[in-house]
Amino acid sequence: MQKTLKKARWFTIFVVPTLLAFLASFLAPFLMGIYLSFCKFTTVTNARWVGVDNYLRVFTDPGGDFVRALSFTALFTVVSVVTVNLFAFALALLLTRGLRGTNLFRTVFFMPNLIGGIVLGYIWQIIINGVLLGFGVDITFDAKYGFWGLVVLMNWQLIGYMMIIYVAGLQNVPPELIEAAEIDGASGWQTLIHVTLPNVMPSVTICTFLTLTNSFKLFDQNLALTGGAPGKQTAMLALDIYNTFYKRTGWEGVGQAKAVLFFLMVGAIAFIQLRLTRSKEVEN
Amino acid sequence: MERDTKGLRVLLTVLLLAIAALFIAPVVIVVMNSFKGNLHISSAPFAWPTAESSVGLTNYLTGFVKIGFLRAFGWSLFITVCSVALILLFSGMAAWYLARVKTWYASLLYYLFVFSMIVPFQMVMFPMSKLANLLSLSNPLGILFIYLGFGAGLSIFLFTGFVKSIPLEIEEAATIDGCGPWQTYFLIVLPILKPTSITVAILNAMWVWNDYLLPTLVLGGGYMTLPRAIQGVLTGSYGGRDMGALMAMLVLSILPIIAFYLVCQKYIIRGVVAGAVKG
Repeated sequence: MQKTLKKARWFTIFVVPTLLAFLASFLAPFLMGIYLSFCKFTTVTNARWVGVDNYLRVFTDPGGDFVRALSFTALFTVVSVVTVNLFAFALALLLTRGLRGTNLFRTVFFMPNLIGGIVLGYIWQIIINGVLLGFGVDITFDAKYGFWGLVVLMNWQLIGYMMIIYVAGLQNVPPELIEAAEIDGASGWQTLIHVTLPNVMPSVTICTFLTLTNSFKLFDQNLALTGGAPGKQTAMLALDIYNTFYKRTGWEGVGQAKAVLFFLMVGAIAFIQLRLTRSKEVEN
Repeated sequence: MERDTKGLRVLLTVLLLAIAALFIAPVVIVVMNSFKGNLHISSAPFAWPTAESSVGLTNYLTGFVKIGFLRAFGWSLFITVCSVALILLFSGMAAWYLARVKTWYASLLYYLFVFSMIVPFQMVMFPMSKLANLLSLSNPLGILFIYLGFGAGLSIFLFTGFVKSIPLEIEEAATIDGCGPWQTYFLIVLPILKPTSITVAILNAMWVWNDYLLPTLVLGGGYMTLPRAIQGVLTGSYGGRDMGALMAMLVLSILPIIAFYLVCQKYIIRGVVAGAVKG
């Protein structure tokens, strides 16, 4: 079969349709993106080479948009990763105790994950503005409202998803291990930290990785919930890149340079984080 | 683990019920407000609609008539169904080829597809939308092709992983029985791929259905999909900020998702978890 498949005819039939789509939508734009980050342009056809000028402008921009967006995004990501995973793990522990109605609870907790980012953003805008109404302000009044609003939204969206992964991990912990720990006189807390947790480290890796990249790359929810307000104070990286491209004429090259930096950060985080957490996993 | 005492079990169940209420509350609040007038939504968002604040189905009428819910729903459905069908057909074929043919270009292509999964959309969005314009892909048919290109990474990754677990002997037997590549794939391999196909379909459908940015950049002003229509209500594309109409649109766009979820929950949860590899 391999011999037959190697003929150009079968490559054309099986791979070329996907390959053409991949070239047009991803690969060519990706390479163009790298090139364009070193150019001045307004559409892709009038690009003029300017060297690292765009990258310098990212950091010398008097508004400091990129650096502010980066620190906001980093802080948001850290808080989200910690809160989402703690709550999700706690819920997973509750749902693996054989209580009645476990399946129904699982269905409810997972549901928000299916709702799109724009819809999620507006749902929470209504609720948070409703709460803040009592204080006579709204979510655009102070960046800290937008920040915690995004954290709450992210928790609501991702807890159920991560919980499902933790439940699967917890169900794979051999019950004999838990029993042995209890016979040896370990308290519930000690069993959790020293027996259960090391055994669910693969799930912790997956969930940390997923929450991290999801939070870091957040766009729709950010756009709908605050749109970056007040000013640009709650604009995360993805939204800042979008605004640089489409809201500031003459800054397209800078937008592309920011996008390349964003890509490098996402790639680096994924790489470093996987290596870090893998070394903590229990060897099987 | 049946070691909890009865009292503790009751306590934990009450705790879970309270958390479940917190999870459902946001949806209930939106439904509640969708029956209220604009003024009452902003002044008392947590109040139940009363005779005074209720506007009946006015908000839904605005949603249907002025904002064109049905048209947006139709475009979302068309783009989602067709893109998912294209992705299933073509990325499945490509995945099988790339898994079975051991040449340098096959593995290079495979790694390029996998690589595309970690690249954030912002990296390619500007050149991609300009290129789509140049290639005349800025229309509801062209966007299907673009979704195939973006969906290929994750789909090929998932399909290839599964193809590798299918014993080669099955395909060899098919060859001996006179099957060409065409028949081998569609009559032998594709039926075996069914569980992965469901996963791939669900992951891509959720992504395309909820996608806001790609259709906005590629389709420009026309062909509003649901997320774009909702965003349009607030940015004043339909004349003024109509919070009541927004609430109705939110309810209308959540309902089909929840209905779909309740019907094929098992597949959805399994599919989403299988797709956890995507960063």
